[in-house]
Amino acid sequence: MKLILDLARGMLSRRRRQTLVSVLGVALGVAFFIAIASLMRGFQTYFIQQVIDVQPHIVIKDETRTPLPQAAEMAVTDGAVSVNGVKPRDRVRGIRASGDKLAILEAIPGAAAAPILTGSALLRYGARDVTVTITGIDPPRYRRVANLEKDLIRGSLEDLRSAANGLIIGDTLAQRLGVQLGDTVIAVSPRGVSLQMKIVGIFHTGIVTLDQTTGYALLKVNQVLQDRPNVVNQILLRLADVTQAEPLARQIEARFGDRTESWEEQNANILTVFVIQNAIMYSVTGAILLVAAFGIYNIISTVVFEKTRDIAILKSLGFTEGDIQRLFLVQGIIAGVLGAALGCVLGQLMIEGLAQVRFQTETPAGNDRFLLARDWRIFAVASFFAVASAALAAVIPARRAARLDPVQVVRGAA
Amino acid sequence: MTLLSAEGVTKRLAEGVTLVSDISLSIEGGEFVAITGPSGSGKSSLLYLLGLLDRPSEGRVLLEGRDTAALPAPELAALRLARLGFVFQFHFLLPEFSALDNVLIPIRRRGALKPAAAEARAMALLDALGLAEAAAKLPEQLSGGMRQRVAIARALANDPALLLADEPTGNLDTRNAAAVFDIFARLAREDGRAVVVVTHDAELARRTTRRIHLVDGRIVSDECG
Repeated sequence: MKLILDLARGMLSRRRRQTLVSVLGVALGVAFFIAIASLMRGFQTYFIQQVIDVQPHIVIKDETRTPLPQAAEMAVTDGAVSVNGVKPRDRVRGIRASGDKLAILEAIPGAAAAPILTGSALLRYGARDVTVTITGIDPPRYRRVANLEKDLIRGSLEDLRSAANGLIIGDTLAQRLGVQLGDTVIAVSPRGVSLQMKIVGIFHTGIVTLDQTTGYALLKVNQVLQDRPNVVNQILLRLADVTQAEPLARQIEARFGDRTESWEEQNANILTVFVIQNAIMYSVTGAILLVAAFGIYNIISTVVFEKTRDIAILKSLGFTEGDIQRLFLVQGIIAGVLGAALGCVLGQLMIEGLAQVRFQTETPAGNDRFLLARDWRIFAVASFFAVASAALAAVIPARRAARLDPVQVVRGAA
Repeated sequence: MTLLSAEGVTKRLAEGVTLVSDISLSIEGGEFVAITGPSGSGKSSLLYLLGLLDRPSEGRVLLEGRDTAALPAPELAALRLARLGFVFQFHFLLPEFSALDNVLIPIRRRGALKPAAAEARAMALLDALGLAEAAAKLPEQLSGGMRQRVAIARALANDPALLLADEPTGNLDTRNAAAVFDIFARLAREDGRAVVVVTHDAELARRTTRRIHLVDGRIVSDECG
C-alpha cells in the first residue's frame, strides 16, 4: 500500500498546478459549508435556546386531540342504524382533576408544573378599551416554569398578591391604554363579569404580540373574572432535560388523555423552517462540492490519459487491475484530503471574519453580531463529504485505467 | 521440467485477422532465443502470448508445467511479477522516479524483501549493469543506452526465470545495442535464465543460441547454435 501511495504522490506531483486548482475547488466547497453551517447552526441553536428559556417545555391543554365520542355514537356502533347530525354534549371546559394531575406531574423527577387559566377580557380605561388575553397564575409555581420576572420593567410578581385584583400587562398595552403603574382599569370578561383591577407591573419581552395583548393576574382572580371557579385550562411544565419533552409529553397524553404539546410541537413551524434551511444549505454546498468533484475527475482523467504508458508497464510488471484502480483512487482521495484540510483552515478563518462583523441595529434580544456555532462536527461532516466526493469522482477514471490493455499501449508506443 | 512451452497457440483479432497461428515450441532455462521475421509476421504478438500479457484464441501456454489458459487475471499478474521480466523497445521508466526507485517498484510490489534488502538488491542489479552512479538520477537525466539498461535491471528485479524483450535495441545505436545483447547472453549463460528477444536485426540475432523465424504468424525455421 505504501508503494501505491508513493506512486500516486509521484504522479500528482508532476501536475502540481492542476492538482492545486482542484484541491482549491474542494477547499472552497468545504470552507463555505463550514462558514454557512456555523452561521445557521449558531442562529438555530440561539433560537431554540431562547424558546427553551422563555416557553414552558410542555403544555397540557383542556382539550383532546381527537373529538370525544358522543354517547349516541357509542350506543349504535356498526349497526343497521346510522346516526347523523349528533349535537355534541356541552361539556364544561377545563382540565379535570387538575389537582391530582398536578401532584402526579410534580412527582416526576426534574419537572416543575404550574396550573394556569387563560381567557380573554376587555380592558377599559377611560374612553379606550382593548381586548387582551389574561393568564391567571400562581406566582410561586409559575416562577418555576417561566421567566416572567426577567421581563418585568416595573413592579414585581409578588405585588399580584399584595394588591387586591392586581394585574401585570405589557408595556405596549399600557401605552395603548394610557395607564401607568398603580392605575386602576376595568376588566370585563365574555361571561359579563367585570372587575376593577390595579396595574401592579409592566413587562417588556420584545415580542410585539405579547407586549401588546397579554396580561397576568392571580389564578384565583382570573377564575372569578372568567366565572370559572376552581377551573384550570392549562398546566405548564418545565424540565431539567429539554430533550425529554417530546417523549414525556406523549406519556402524559397517553395517561391523562388531555392534549399535551411539547415545545417541539408548539414550535413545529419554526423547526420545519430550520429543516428547510438546512436542506438549502446542504444543496448549495453540495453543488459547490459537485463542481469540485468535477475538478478532481478532470485531473485524474488527465493523469490517466497521460500515464497510459506507465499504467501499461506497471501491468506488465505484474500489477493487477485492483492495484491500478487503487493507485488512481488514492490520487483522488489525496486531493480530497488536501482540499478538506485546506478547507477547514479557510472555514475557520471565515468564521473568525464573520465574528468581527457588527450590525448597526440591535435586535430585541440584544444581538448586534452573527451568532456562530463553533462545532468540530461541522468540520468533520464537511471533510467527510469532501473526501467521499473526491473518491467518488476518481472512481470512473480509475476504473478506466485499470481496464487498460497493456498490449495495445506497448504496440502503440513501439 | 520445461520452463515455457506453447501448444498450438493461435491469436486472432476480432476483425478476423490472424496474428499468430498454431505455434508450438518449448524453451528451456539457459536458452537465448531470438524471434525474427519481417514486420507484421507476429513476432511481438507471440512474445506477448508467451509473456502472459495476452491470452491465445486457441491453444495454451504452459509456464513451468502450469497451464495458464484458465488462470484468472490476478494470478497471471502474480506470475508475471514473480517469474517473468519484460523489456520493451521504449524504456517505459516512470519519469517521476529515480533509476533506483524504478527498479524497486517490482520488488516492493512483490513484497518478499524487507526495505533494506530490497534496496540492496536493486543497487546490486544496477551495479551489475554498470549503473551504480545513475541510481539516484531521474530517467530524463540518463542517456538512451543507460535508460534501457535500467529497464533491464527492473525486468530482473524479482529474479525472473524468463526474460522477454520486444525490440529492446530498436532505439539504440549499434554500440549500445551490442552491449544490451551481451548482457542478455550473459544472463542466459551465467544465470541459467531463458531470454527471448524479438528483433529484426539479423546481425544481432546471430549472437543468440537459438533463432526462430516467423512469417505470417507461422514458424518457418527454428535453428540452434
